[in-house]
Amino acid sequence: MSDQNVTFVAERLTVNGEELAVAFPAHHTLLEVLREECGLTGTKHGCELGECGTCAVLVDGRAVLSCLVLATETVGREVETIEGLARGNELHPLQAAFADLGAAQCGYCTPGILMTAKVLLEANPDPSRQEVCEALAGNLCRCTGYHKIVEAVLWAAAVERGDSSPPPREWLYGDELPGEMSNG
Amino acid sequence: MLRLPPFDLRSPRSLEDASAILAGELSEDGGGVRVVAGGTDLWPNMKRRHQSAKTVVSLMRVADLEGIANGGGDLRIGATSLLEDIARNERVRCSYPALASAVASISSPLLRNMGTLGGNLCLDTRCTYYNQSEEWRRSIDYCMKEAGSVCWVAPSSAKCLAVSSGDTAPILCALGARARLASAAGERTVAVSDLFRDDGIDYLRKRPDEILVEVLLPARSDAEHCISSFRKLRRRGSIDFAVLTVATALWVDSGGVVTEAAIRLGAVASLPRAVPEAESALVGRPLGEESIREAAALCRRAATPLDNTDFTAQWRGRMVEVYAAGALRDCAESIRAE
Amino acid sequence: MAEPSRKSPEAPSPVAPEPGRWIGKSFRRVDGRAKVTGRTLFADDLSFPRMVFVRLVRAIVPHARIVEIDSAQARAMPGVLAVLTGEDFPVPFGILPVSQDEHALCPDRVRFVGDPVAAVAAVTEDQASEAALAVEVSYEPLKTISSIEEAIENPEPRIHDYGDGGNIHKRLSMHFGDVAPGLSDADLVLEDTFFYEGSTHLPMEQHAAVALPEDDDRLTLYSSTQTPHYVQRALAKVLEIPASRIRVVACSNGGGFGGKSDPFNHEIVAAKLALVLGRPVKVALTREEVFYCHRGRHPVLMELRTGFSRDGSIRAQHLRTALDGGAYGSYGVASSYYTGALQTVTYRLPAYKFDTIRVFTNKPPCGPKRGHGTPQPRFALEVQLDKAAEKLQIDPADIRLQNLAPAGSVTANWLKIGSMGLGSCIEAVVRGSGWRERYGRLPLGKGLGLACGSYLCGAGLPIYWNHMPQSAVQLQLDRSGRVAVFCGEAEIGQGSDSVLAAMVGEVLGIDLGDVRLCVADTDLTPVDLGSYSSRVTLMVGNAALEAAGRAKDILLEAAAAHLEVPADRLVLADGRVYDSSSPDREMSFQEAVCTAEARRGTIVTSGSYTPPRSPGRYRGSGVGPSPAYSYTAAVVETEVDVETGTVRVEHVWIAHDLGRAVNPVLAIGQVEGSVYMGLGEALMEEQAFRRLPRHRSNALVHKMPSILEYKSPTFLDMPEVTTYLIEDPDDAGPFGAKEVGQGPLLPIPPAVANAVFDAVGVRIDEVPIHPHKVLRALDAKARGEEARFGPGAFPTVDFGETLLVPTPEAGGDGKAINELRVKMRSGMRGASGTMSEHDEGVGRKDSASLTTL
Repeated sequence: MSDQNVTFVAERLTVNGEELAVAFPAHHTLLEVLREECGLTGTKHGCELGECGTCAVLVDGRAVLSCLVLATETVGREVETIEGLARGNELHPLQAAFADLGAAQCGYCTPGILMTAKVLLEANPDPSRQEVCEALAGNLCRCTGYHKIVEAVLWAAAVERGDSSPPPREWLYGDELPGEMSNG
Repeated sequence: MLRLPPFDLRSPRSLEDASAILAGELSEDGGGVRVVAGGTDLWPNMKRRHQSAKTVVSLMRVADLEGIANGGGDLRIGATSLLEDIARNERVRCSYPALASAVASISSPLLRNMGTLGGNLCLDTRCTYYNQSEEWRRSIDYCMKEAGSVCWVAPSSAKCLAVSSGDTAPILCALGARARLASAAGERTVAVSDLFRDDGIDYLRKRPDEILVEVLLPARSDAEHCISSFRKLRRRGSIDFAVLTVATALWVDSGGVVTEAAIRLGAVASLPRAVPEAESALVGRPLGEESIREAAALCRRAATPLDNTDFTAQWRGRMVEVYAAGALRDCAESIRAE
Repeated sequence: MAEPSRKSPEAPSPVAPEPGRWIGKSFRRVDGRAKVTGRTLFADDLSFPRMVFVRLVRAIVPHARIVEIDSAQARAMPGVLAVLTGEDFPVPFGILPVSQDEHALCPDRVRFVGDPVAAVAAVTEDQASEAALAVEVSYEPLKTISSIEEAIENPEPRIHDYGDGGNIHKRLSMHFGDVAPGLSDADLVLEDTFFYEGSTHLPMEQHAAVALPEDDDRLTLYSSTQTPHYVQRALAKVLEIPASRIRVVACSNGGGFGGKSDPFNHEIVAAKLALVLGRPVKVALTREEVFYCHRGRHPVLMELRTGFSRDGSIRAQHLRTALDGGAYGSYGVASSYYTGALQTVTYRLPAYKFDTIRVFTNKPPCGPKRGHGTPQPRFALEVQLDKAAEKLQIDPADIRLQNLAPAGSVTANWLKIGSMGLGSCIEAVVRGSGWRERYGRLPLGKGLGLACGSYLCGAGLPIYWNHMPQSAVQLQLDRSGRVAVFCGEAEIGQGSDSVLAAMVGEVLGIDLGDVRLCVADTDLTPVDLGSYSSRVTLMVGNAALEAAGRAKDILLEAAAAHLEVPADRLVLADGRVYDSSSPDREMSFQEAVCTAEARRGTIVTSGSYTPPRSPGRYRGSGVGPSPAYSYTAAVVETEVDVETGTVRVEHVWIAHDLGRAVNPVLAIGQVEGSVYMGLGEALMEEQAFRRLPRHRSNALVHKMPSILEYKSPTFLDMPEVTTYLIEDPDDAGPFGAKEVGQGPLLPIPPAVANAVFDAVGVRIDEVPIHPHKVLRALDAKARGEEARFGPGAFPTVDFGETLLVPTPEAGGDGKAINELRVKMRSGMRGASGTMSEHDEGVGRKDSASLTTL
């Protein structure tokens, strides 16, 4: 291969509601262009083969694997990334719930999961645990064991529905010791 | 980061243009052009360099390939219909529930938002000696599917034993679906069963210049006329490819006697494996535990999984019987429920 | 380009309590906002002007001499700036002083598929990758050594020319007390072999590093590392630059689990290239390369003999382990010790013998993965206890409860136990799961299994021998009321930044928003050894307490003078300083800082932590001691399909004694994450290799170096988890806190195996418990044969001269009685190639000084 084979294109991409004019190699994926040309490094990557879900972003409201989408194919479509999730400086309820309930440990899978969860809640404001797990089944996380993530999504959904009650105590402090046991 | 090698991307808006580009590129350089739809198979393969292309023709802007609709008594599903849309489609779920559940089981929600029916049907055969990086394949001196001379799964084998791993092919075959293919030279409609060949390298009977336009599901296979089921074995609840699928379609008369049966086993050969002997064992009698066991045992005999997917081959072989029986019991359950 | 550090602590979250009271309350982690907005910068997120990219060319043969490297074609390719080979890196390195056996690029020999032989730098990553494929390396193949058995059988060709002979990297044998009586005339003697397959960390973030040449002959390296201090040392050694000229910054790690604790080839190569090219150099590994970096769980073959009295008490135990170390030393010597060291801290072992070997094989090197060296023997011990309970007709919970090692005791191998909450842990999971009512009584296919575990809260000794603290914290108080905290600790997702901030916030009574962290930067922060061995909460916490306590004293002294109240009556809380007997007499925290600064100048304090000395004085006693031990018990409920052998875990009840929960919501996350990883190892995950037919090929390849085929459980594979936090405070821990990041993994694999037995009556003596193994055992049972799947006999091995150490009960003094003899024997081995256990001779070595993790 020589560089003469590389075709560059100049395109306008719509990312988080803003039109960005970028030039990039025509064969580069949305993942590469977001991170390297747009400077939006919030979208992470764990395999670049569509096997881990880390790079998930939204294209026209669908959660997709940005490592397997050519950037050129998103011209004229709405791309949403983690950088666009907060409402101004105020965190999206999903983000606040993830931060408060320990749903982000290393935080590396978090952007992809947040974007995938956003679509879920838009379609289903009151999902069950099982529905959350099914919707997020393409996103791997090695830190959490997933429970904190499911809880955070459920709590964010509740907040979005206007429920102002705090999360269950056991999510924050562990399960109540059984029987007559006292701590320590 | 693993990246794609450079190529020219063409994004035609019509089937005619797509066919013309394909024909033109093929006449210039036979190996240099590939079509892509969702990209969930081709891009990883190109990133690992076991598939290559000078030109890639994207079908995603070709309007003729989209949509799910009735047509001439069939349900037609356009080749670039997204898997997630098919799985959620009310008509598909009601009339072809086994197809809906097969599609809903493919990989993960993220991938189903990108992958297409056509892509899944034409999915490259898979093998743990093949779906590896360029460097990894160098370290085994390649295999016959790409650049090498040996099939490492069975070094005495004259042909490549890579595995047909798509989830839609077995059930579409069982349901008697047909596929419409178009090229610059014209078009033809073939049974989905006739799309495949038992050869891990040359696994598709679709010519390179042909584009899969749509899949046609006959009314005689819909839930009103036909009992179908789909079972799948894989390691995890999501993401993984199937290491075994069983797709069944049964036609039963008013007396409960099976008049026609179709069984296809996926991920045990380079094509969806038909099991005519098991089908015969079912026909002419009511579907009961005895015929189910008989047919399941015949399925096991027909399938010889090899050590080129997840799990041990021997165990997968044993699971053929368990899963075939399970799929047939699902059918029996449906019959009872009616 | 902004610094990759640091965080802006988020305003108190809606779930936080009132500020100033942090310990024991669930609060938003201090890096939480950055992580949910995508603003946390991981190493691969960094970019600098003129940055170039490097790709490593890795060996495609498992074992060979390098004959020639032809890089002419690669050098001529577009964008290529430099190609380095082993000639550029004459100096070896390695994490342990005793195993300096790695080179940044292989100089003459490659030892596994994936061993780096050359590095290509180019303007773009595309160009570097293409050029790397064009580097031609010719090899003269050597015999492939692929397993423990092959390594024992084939002393030649040696994979390394050091070690304990042939392809044995390390052999050792230690005998505490006398196991002979307890094993010969016990009422029940069980002898079992077990196998624990290797597995890998699979952090979601692939390792990456960026190196920058700086002015004045200095160098900066940003990296996804858990141990910036050790990386700095390795760079100094290999690049032959004073450490004072090297700055290593650990970026937030996108998962570590032990996999980013070694200094790595790619880090050194990037640093070297930055110096060669005079511009920033990035290296970002592919997922496949991460499988080659590995340092994960050692595959371990074990033989365990234990003598029991009729009442279930353990009389003696003899454990033999054989570790498949892969191609390099890594932490392996420590791993070997760890496969024996912690057997004694859960159940009282009056006499204990431990023998081990670690072998070299032509596979990626193994090292420390969550639980480092201990999940394997823990599996053996806990499964065997289940068998003993069955044979003696004792409830598995009771056999454990009656053997508990006492709190405050010293074990047979001279480990000092502090607080010990295992009894409470067992009680919690037994009650929670309904064990007493349900164990042994569930229908066929349903089962319950119980197991326990224990883990270190930091290794007692540093990796290289020295007398300095293992952790240090500096505080700098600004007149704005802002407290800056400097510490070398590295955030890998476990919440170490939040622990550090909480310790300071608690002592000074301030909001975490007023605490600014600067961490993991060898130029700016005092040394902390890193995020490994579950050391951070205890060691960094104690150092932080000392620094904050000193700052508090200064503030109280100033406030006392200002408020005219005795200092011992003053309280620091809620951002105020006030008189406890007359709260109206108060000043703000900021005013107190200003007053103190006016009295004595700018306020800077420091604190540091050195673990207490262990009572063990024998050679090898450096591995195992810890300031405190955490304890865990778990009950697992499974459903086993007798037709397929598939094991589905439905529910896990787990109780973990963490001393004191610093931030409970993060602690639960560590427990649940450990359960997850333990289930992965129990059921699915394996770092497996494929040997091609030998008459056709030498190849030995990783079977599936992809995130698709390495089976990490998904959202749909995780069972319900009930988590009990048990708080048995330990005097050694800050506010009594112990670790929670690793210990909860330990009971999971054996609890699953024990639950499978309860469900279908077969013993699976190895992990992962794949369905075909269960089915094979069920077949055997149906044929009336032994209802078991597991390894056969343990190989015949020479473990070397046995070190004899009398136990505390037997009136020992912590020393071996034959130290000199053993030393001489190993010294003789040394003469034939053992590398020195000394590093650069900092400090004096004594008999207990074997440097370890």
